[in-house]
Amino acid sequence: MFFPISGVTLDPIALILIGFVIGVLGGFFGVGGSFLTAPALFALGMPMNFVVGTDLAHIVGKSIVAAKTHRVLGNIDLKLAAIMVIGTIAGAETGVQTIESLKKHANLDLVVGMVSIVVFTGISIFCVWESWITLRAKRQQNIAGDAPATTKQDSTAVDAFAKKVQQIKIPPIVGLPHSGIRAISFWAILFVSFVGGIFSGFLGGGAGYIRMPSMVYLLGIPTHIAVGTDLFEIIISASYGTIRHAMNGNVDILIALVMQTGAALGARIGANLTQFFTGPRIRLAFAPLPLLGAIVIAQRLLTGHHL
Amino acid sequence: MNKAPKPFPKKIVVRFIIEMVIYAMLVSVYLGLVFHFLVVWLKDLSMQRPAVYAFVSIILMILQAVALEKLTTILVNLDRRRQG
Repeated sequence: MFFPISGVTLDPIALILIGFVIGVLGGFFGVGGSFLTAPALFALGMPMNFVVGTDLAHIVGKSIVAAKTHRVLGNIDLKLAAIMVIGTIAGAETGVQTIESLKKHANLDLVVGMVSIVVFTGISIFCVWESWITLRAKRQQNIAGDAPATTKQDSTAVDAFAKKVQQIKIPPIVGLPHSGIRAISFWAILFVSFVGGIFSGFLGGGAGYIRMPSMVYLLGIPTHIAVGTDLFEIIISASYGTIRHAMNGNVDILIALVMQTGAALGARIGANLTQFFTGPRIRLAFAPLPLLGAIVIAQRLLTGHHL
Repeated sequence: MNKAPKPFPKKIVVRFIIEMVIYAMLVSVYLGLVFHFLVVWLKDLSMQRPAVYAFVSIILMILQAVALEKLTTILVNLDRRRQG
């Protein structure tokens, strides 16, 4: 099928299938999935300047469907999402502007790329280690005859660290009753979303694979609520990114609309699947995603392609 | 809020396939209409008025997402009603 806005001929079935797969992942893990969509669209023959913008447009639609399902399941903390949007947009702008200015002076792609690979690989290894320890502890609890674990009752092997972050008393202090947090510094939330935004600005996607685990491990948000809230927050930040890219002529909305028909179905399935898994299991299944992000960056550094 | 993990029902696969066939038919008709009526207009808009194109794009995406979410909800509810 010919798409006149970007001037490419693409198979609509392939687009719908890509949308579906990314939709399931996005709904289940609370990520945009750009690290998979971008290489897939590029491989189908889409010009690189259209890949990032079109992907962001499709992420908006997919996240609306997934977030609606998560809202019904009670997985969205609106107050947390509102604070995080500020940090993400500020971080994304800072990331883009800083990188653009530093590119003139140094071999920044290599340095930031290497740092990102180390960080992403570290997150993957940490998620596997932490969720494994937590699952083992829960199994021992069950053997000991304690109450069985429930889907949304969540704990991590590093709860103590999140408690320390919650004890930082830099005003303003906010309460997040929906996430079960009585008091946390506004700046801690802003910092986490700002760092996620910087990665988003540099790598072009939503950077959910940084933000979702950061919300769980650093802020102490239960995994199900981190997934739902991240998706809600992605709607706003990806809408902002879509408008910016579309104004520069980098969005083929027809391709995004076709992809979104598959993504809507996948996102709904992915979001509903979270009911069947406990927090540590979701985190364990999440572990390969940052590693995929690291592989994409490594490929980009080795080949010089801007994926 | 704190329910025990649900077992994965086998019926869900059959129901999912039926829902997917109906969904695919409706979406094909919808995409056919979008491509018939909007392609030329969107192409011209993207070339001549990129700012308007940007806002039209995001509105289209949001409307489609809300509509598809409603459609999948209706399909699931119809299926549940049929199951009694």
